[in-house]
Amino acid sequence: MELRNTNESPSLFRGIDWFTVVLYLVLVCAGALSIYAASYDFDEASIFSFDEFSGKQIRWIGLSFMLGFFLLVVDRRLYETYAYPIYFGMLLLLLVTIFIAPDIKGSRSWLVLGPMSLQPAEFAKFATALAMAKLFSGYNFVLNARPINYVKALAIIFVPIMLILAQRETGSALVYLSLFFVLYREGMSGLVLLGAFFAVVIFVLAVKFSETMVMGIPAGEFSVFVLIMVLIVVLLMFYAHHIMAARNVSLWFIATGATAGTLSMFDVNVPGLPFFLSVIGVACGYILFELLRVRIRALWVTAGVAAASVIFLFSVNYVFLNVLEPHQQMRIKVALGIEEDLRGAGYNVNQSKIAIGSGGFFGKGFLKGTQTKLKYVPEQHTDFIFCTIGEEQGFVGTVGVMTLFLMLILRVITLAERQPTTFSRVYAYCVAGYLIFHFCINIGMVIGLCPVIGIPLPFFSYGGSSLWGFTFLIFILLRLDAARRDRA
Amino acid sequence: MRKDYRLEKRKYAIGGFIVIIALIYLVRLYNLQLGDDKYKIYADNNAFLNKTIYPSRGLIYDRNGELIVFNQPAYDVMMIPRDVQQFDTIDFCHTLNITHEQLKKRFADMRNAAGYSSYTPQKLITHLSAQDYGRLQEKLYRFPGFFIQKRILRQYNHKTAANVLGNIREVSPADIDRDPYYQRGDYCGDLGIEKSYDEYLRGVKGVEILIRDAHGRIQGRYDGGSRDVAPVSGRNLKLSIDLDLQQYAESLMVNKIGAVVAIEPATGEILALVSSPTYDPEMLVGRQRGEGYRKLVNDPYKPLFDRALMGAYPPGSTFKPSQGLILLEENIINLQTMYPCYHGFISGGLRVGCHGHGSPINLKPALQTSCNAYFCWGFKAMVDKRSKYGSSANAFEVWKNHLVSLGYGYKLGVDLPGESRGFIPNAKFYDKVYGSGHWSANTIISVAIGQGEILATPLQIANLCATIANRGWFITPHVVKEIQDTVMPAELLQKRVPTISQHYFEDVAEGMRMAVTGGTCRMAALPDIEVCGKTGTAQNPHGKDHSAFIGFAPYHDPKIAVCAYVENAGFGATFGVPVGSLVIERYLKGKISPERKYLEQRMLESNTIIYSGVKKH
Repeated sequence: MELRNTNESPSLFRGIDWFTVVLYLVLVCAGALSIYAASYDFDEASIFSFDEFSGKQIRWIGLSFMLGFFLLVVDRRLYETYAYPIYFGMLLLLLVTIFIAPDIKGSRSWLVLGPMSLQPAEFAKFATALAMAKLFSGYNFVLNARPINYVKALAIIFVPIMLILAQRETGSALVYLSLFFVLYREGMSGLVLLGAFFAVVIFVLAVKFSETMVMGIPAGEFSVFVLIMVLIVVLLMFYAHHIMAARNVSLWFIATGATAGTLSMFDVNVPGLPFFLSVIGVACGYILFELLRVRIRALWVTAGVAAASVIFLFSVNYVFLNVLEPHQQMRIKVALGIEEDLRGAGYNVNQSKIAIGSGGFFGKGFLKGTQTKLKYVPEQHTDFIFCTIGEEQGFVGTVGVMTLFLMLILRVITLAERQPTTFSRVYAYCVAGYLIFHFCINIGMVIGLCPVIGIPLPFFSYGGSSLWGFTFLIFILLRLDAARRDRA
Repeated sequence: MRKDYRLEKRKYAIGGFIVIIALIYLVRLYNLQLGDDKYKIYADNNAFLNKTIYPSRGLIYDRNGELIVFNQPAYDVMMIPRDVQQFDTIDFCHTLNITHEQLKKRFADMRNAAGYSSYTPQKLITHLSAQDYGRLQEKLYRFPGFFIQKRILRQYNHKTAANVLGNIREVSPADIDRDPYYQRGDYCGDLGIEKSYDEYLRGVKGVEILIRDAHGRIQGRYDGGSRDVAPVSGRNLKLSIDLDLQQYAESLMVNKIGAVVAIEPATGEILALVSSPTYDPEMLVGRQRGEGYRKLVNDPYKPLFDRALMGAYPPGSTFKPSQGLILLEENIINLQTMYPCYHGFISGGLRVGCHGHGSPINLKPALQTSCNAYFCWGFKAMVDKRSKYGSSANAFEVWKNHLVSLGYGYKLGVDLPGESRGFIPNAKFYDKVYGSGHWSANTIISVAIGQGEILATPLQIANLCATIANRGWFITPHVVKEIQDTVMPAELLQKRVPTISQHYFEDVAEGMRMAVTGGTCRMAALPDIEVCGKTGTAQNPHGKDHSAFIGFAPYHDPKIAVCAYVENAGFGATFGVPVGSLVIERYLKGKISPERKYLEQRMLESNTIIYSGVKKH
């Protein structure tokens, strides 16, 4: 196999998007300094000592620069040609890992190769992105054309998810859900994402406000019911464009709501559950009746969304209590501010907030953070690395790092849109999706806005697998982008 | 490949999504990092362990440089509950020689104490013995979260002057509110000079800032110790108390209730301040303090009550010199004025008894013989002299003001806590009791001889004696002579001059000299020292009369003024005079002359406490 195509070499470095390369280098260097700061001890070990985290990370970084160069000089057609073999090879590796990986803190995701350990889940990311790109670039492939296309796309996404879940690495598995952004970009209805968003809202409301009672039902359920009613009206108006139905339904909601409100003012107990079910039921019945007159598909969707929302609401408690593990329940409760649990599940997040909060505007200075130096924040050099930046570089540092990530993500989206081939575009959107997911979840959990899901901050968190995984993603993208003008 | 421009617009949705998320995170970071200092404080509380270094407390010497009070180390077992992990309680108990139940109780007590916090050092066990300390120190690494705090306790070279010295105790919440210097677990002075000179004695606490990791392990000193604050030792005090005299006076007062105060007239320095019965100051040190304190509080003779400055007694005849001074100053009498005494003062059906002596007599013999009638007539002549004062009430106010200028009726301002002001009534007081204008000299005649409503502390009585010794001025009595590296407060050095012309004091002093040479206190006469004195026998509602004496010596250029006050001991001459004169002799001569040894012996052995009526004997 010929790895180097000498014909392309002269134009190669001119076609490279240097802006992304510089962002990559800045992020990696800032990451190395942060790891040095996070693992710096009073013994003042050298940054180049390979026994230290920072020393090891320097070695990983050196290797990833070589890897990046190597990826750039590979013929771009190889990526397209070998997309599926790479994908299936990686799936096999994920499968094998389940059985041969040692049990590290309950997870079987690490392959130990002599002195170093690798996490195949990180490398499966670019493989899955290549597979997605390959699928979408198929001849005359249009996502919405046939349902089987969705089945294929979802299969590519969910097979690695299942394998990684089997390795008990929930966080890394969830990352692949970000590929739904790609589906959306390639034509999937935005209602799916809206629906997911709405489901999250219902979940949060139902779990967070399950204590206080309104009309005999928890305030969470109450507000979800009201939300569903609002949603029905909004969908009727802006999605089905059926103004009359929207008016009738809202009049019905207002009338029944006012009656119930007046009754409860006079201390008459209106049982909440039957009330809402019947009011929403009647509204749905009316919409179905309306369907007999005007055949608008959106009316189906509206009634369906309303019914699905109600069913989802009732399944939330079941899912929360019976599907999620106790430590996951606790992490969610901590993120929603229901529980503090400062010694248990809330400890990390609390110490992490203290570390970031104590940084102030300019921070305590490089290597001067007490929270991180004294190891108050667990996992501070891996998943909680953002704390070190917050504590030592302050608001300036956190905003700076966020800005760098935002620039990178927006740049990747820009690159995606300028690709002449579907393969390159879909691949680029996969990269953007991964970055978005890591950015949102990792920083969100460190500042206490998301439940703790153990995934690294790209380029910053200690670990070769993560760094290499993202190096693969970025440099294959750069290679594809560099070749965009070569396309005849 | 055809581009779908409708779908291309979706890049704005995806890009917009991430921008909105970033904005939400920005707001969150703003609130966390720039919102308030809460997190900064949390972080500091996490990382820095401020370890207090207690300074050594000032030492206390007597006026001759003899060390009385010094420090001994003590060790408290401290813990930061948050940092304590599972530990071997059996090993812990074994090391400290306590039972598991005792440990449990300690924990419970600690948690229930006011101001308990699991983040700050809490005291688990106080005052370890040196052996327990040594054993624990070796094993301390096994008990993370625990540490040993070195403290200082007092130790006494001489078990004397407990009422002057006071003691130290752990601060109460009230102390912490009163003085921001104190923190929980600090020690402060209680009673005596430990309390009144606490600010000098305590020094300034130091602090060692240690860095502590998440497991409670100390990682070193913050900034190489450059931000530590070294403690400043407390200032040493030199008392004006003469240790030998104090001990001698205390020994004379054994088995008696009362007080002895000896003052150096020229300086106001208190040479001895005895309150009897006294107690061993070591009863209030360390672990046994609680029990010792309870014992003293429950003691029926109230040893914690410093009778020398808290006890308000009728001064009895020791009051008469002040009366002579006032009457002279007010021109009611002169040295030739004679008043009759036929075994007492008889006026309008009123009779104040007196003993046998010549009649009529003038001031000096009246002082010499302690004639009640003379001072009653004199008082009556003044209070009822409407021609001069307009009314009895006005005359009485003038009388009262002279007494106040002599140090009666108000706190003298001694540098010890808890001083009583005694009691000198004013005209309003009698207006209230008898009705305005319905009283006259005869109504209140007993105040003329230091009885009735009049109350004074032995310190005030001794101060009058010192004022006469000085012939007309005094300095506020005080027990501290020098404070290391600083000057004494000015108010303890200033002369205070009463409203009585100085030359009258010479006459009164001569009367007091006559009392020793040929009057009521002949027993105070010393072989080659001219002693001046005045006895007092105070009637009181608590049984047998109190026996009192004031005296100073030498007559010219006095070096010591004494008040001896013995409760329920009978005539002034029987106990007050011997105790007072022996104190004078011991101070001036250093020893008791052979012909007076019998007196000393009698005082050392006699017991008047049985007349107090406190306990059945």
